[in-house]
Amino acid sequence: MANKPTNQKNLLWLQSGGCGGCTVSVLGAESPDLFTALEAGGINILWHPSISVETGRQVTDIFEGIIKGNIKLDILCLEGSVIKGPNGTGRFCLMSDGSGRPLKDLIEQLARLADHVVGIGSCAAFGGITAAGDNHVEACGLGFSGEQQGGLLEAGFVSGKGLPVVNTPGCPVHPDWVTETLLHIASGQMTDSHLDHFNRPQAISGNLVHHGCARNEYYEFKASAGKLSQLGCLMENLGCKGTQAAGDCNKRAWNGSGSCISGGFPCIACTEPEFEEPGHTFVETPKIAGIPVGLPADMPKAWFVALASLSKAATPKRLRKNAVSDYLKVMPAKNPGRHNK
Amino acid sequence: MTRLIVGPFNRAEGDLEVKLDIEDDHVARSTIVAPLYRGFERILSGKDPRDALVYAPRICGICSISQSTAAAQALAILQKVRTPPNGQLAANTILAAENIADHLTHFYMFFMPDFARQIYSGTDWFDSVSARFEAMKGSATADILPARAEFLHVVGLLAGKWPHTLALQPGGTTRTISPQEQFRLSAILLKFRKVIEQTLFGTDLDEIAALDSVSKLEKWAAEKGPQHSDFCKFMFLSKELKLSKLGRTSQRYMSYGAYQFNSGHLFARGVYDQDGLQVLNLDQITEDVSHSWMAADTKPRHPYDGVTIPDVDMTDGYSWCKAPRLAGQPMEVGALARQVINGHGLIRNAVLLSGSNVENRIIARLLEIALLVPAMQKWVAEMELGEPFITHGTEKTEGRGVGLVEAARGSLGHWLSVRNGSILNYQIIAPTTWNFSPRDQNNIPGPLEQALVGAPVQKGETDPVAVQHIVRSFDPCMVCTVH
Repeated sequence: MANKPTNQKNLLWLQSGGCGGCTVSVLGAESPDLFTALEAGGINILWHPSISVETGRQVTDIFEGIIKGNIKLDILCLEGSVIKGPNGTGRFCLMSDGSGRPLKDLIEQLARLADHVVGIGSCAAFGGITAAGDNHVEACGLGFSGEQQGGLLEAGFVSGKGLPVVNTPGCPVHPDWVTETLLHIASGQMTDSHLDHFNRPQAISGNLVHHGCARNEYYEFKASAGKLSQLGCLMENLGCKGTQAAGDCNKRAWNGSGSCISGGFPCIACTEPEFEEPGHTFVETPKIAGIPVGLPADMPKAWFVALASLSKAATPKRLRKNAVSDYLKVMPAKNPGRHNK
Repeated sequence: MTRLIVGPFNRAEGDLEVKLDIEDDHVARSTIVAPLYRGFERILSGKDPRDALVYAPRICGICSISQSTAAAQALAILQKVRTPPNGQLAANTILAAENIADHLTHFYMFFMPDFARQIYSGTDWFDSVSARFEAMKGSATADILPARAEFLHVVGLLAGKWPHTLALQPGGTTRTISPQEQFRLSAILLKFRKVIEQTLFGTDLDEIAALDSVSKLEKWAAEKGPQHSDFCKFMFLSKELKLSKLGRTSQRYMSYGAYQFNSGHLFARGVYDQDGLQVLNLDQITEDVSHSWMAADTKPRHPYDGVTIPDVDMTDGYSWCKAPRLAGQPMEVGALARQVINGHGLIRNAVLLSGSNVENRIIARLLEIALLVPAMQKWVAEMELGEPFITHGTEKTEGRGVGLVEAARGSLGHWLSVRNGSILNYQIIAPTTWNFSPRDQNNIPGPLEQALVGAPVQKGETDPVAVQHIVRSFDPCMVCTVH
């Protein structure tokens, strides 16, 4: 622990009702690694539950130091949902220091002292997977409960420097979304204008998962996979929400070269509030009269239907065949016109 | 007698509180509290069985593929679908990748930084050990984090991302690979192997795997000296601090068997206790809620009949964790259990000589890394391109299935029942549910509660360092524990 009297920004990371998956994702940051990225932003980790040495009394001393004003809290990151249950008591998620105090109370107290508050992953942002089912644990996000403004903190909450809770969504979050957002915040240059309607950095949500999707040609011709493992577009039959969901997942690889879609399974819109209860089986596209209920972002239905039927009629054999195969079966034809000779 | 509460107990995955009754200079009794409940078993109830593959991995970020594997296996049994060879190879490769990454994270980021604590600052080894292992700042972090990240490219390629992939399905995996990708996987594994051979082991992995007795290991470590490698540094510290005397349990070990193929498991299934190796009878598994914050029950239940009704007002309860038992007995699970059951000479010998303790748990974990990386290299080479990675099953509206897998930290089981096309019951027993179990109706403490008894407490310690070594030697995952 180091509370250096420099212009370093102190970051405290707490975990609440989540799985720890955002931390293990962030530990996989590359180019550069997590600690170099934080160093570049002048960010000092006051404490992180998975990687800091302090345990027990030393940790509660840090919390007390912040509360008493002896330690400056520049950035509070929360990973995991805030748990309010049962019946608003928070007893499903207690501070693990023997005090019997609900963790939600500490999170709120620290959030009101922090210059910036960041919701890491969709749980801390919106409630996420922990809010699924009947949500008997009363899970919510810091600034939102699902799509509704107001979570642990009231609608309209702003932290010390005047920003709302900044949400880096995802289940898990992409490591770069965290490091780049933290660097932006630490620079002092982030303003409301950099955030979207769910207070996600537009740098993330200005992209759709569809952008850069390696299956784009299948999408264009509505050459659809019928089963997971097949090469075709996953939107028509297998529940893919890449055309509607925030994220640059196919422009910025996961774990080297991956993404959900390149891994052979659909985007389940994990960056969006309430993704955890889509109202249908995740890997099946709900349809009305054969038309997917969820249309690509900003696309009028009539145009979608018209273009889809046109492009289906025009689907090259190569795509029709490859779309329902696990391996590439038909290669692109040799095209003599390619060089305009 | 004084009471100490150690928490928030960090560098464990998830939330943990350890209550200690101290007598003179040692722990007389301990109580392990898992203070977080999320209710996944309730979330899963009523869902389409296929959706278990979305929810279950999200129980835990660090055991995500293990959770997926267990769910996919339970569904495969339900659907009576068999996985083709490529699917088995790919599924086991990504499971091994997660488990090795977890072993590495545990050793370097969770366990070893405790030797850089100020309490050891008077020792003559402190400077070199803290230069290497200090949390976040030690040179090991700079070596290992990038190696871990690059190693996980294996999962990016075969399963899209880590954690929380949907690539694991009943009947196989969703991603085929090209010949180029097969070569790339081999190259990634070679790079990783070289890094850990240089840093962790200082020698070829095969040489580590061939150490088949404690005397051979100790001779090797003594000859090489603590500067040779991180493994040798650990062996040196372990001797200095007598870690083989810390954290003993009643020595009953269980493994569900790890890395399943048609031909059997890479690491065998079984039970090992004072009577030697025995067959595991799954029917003898029960969960007891007598000391949990769960609604009172008449008897311990087999997980197929298990219920999860949280009740914060249970006066005898002290944890959200249930108490799993095999034939009424607590069991220790993890790498030590897996390797003693699988019969590796070094671990059989270590357990014979000193039982279950901090030192042996760490040795078994590192040994597994040395065993698994070559296995992954073999599996990747065996993938037959052009052949399927998955056999698609058909939905079943009635029935049940069990998924049994070994996560890095031990045995993970999912018990699934389906009725009218929806999940009727889904019960999960995670590795740390076994290891950090509360007491049961007969007041028998769980393995960690046993292991802490007798732990030394130095004068003035509020968070006794010996307790920290013992707790972390289990590589606990608390988010899995209660789920």
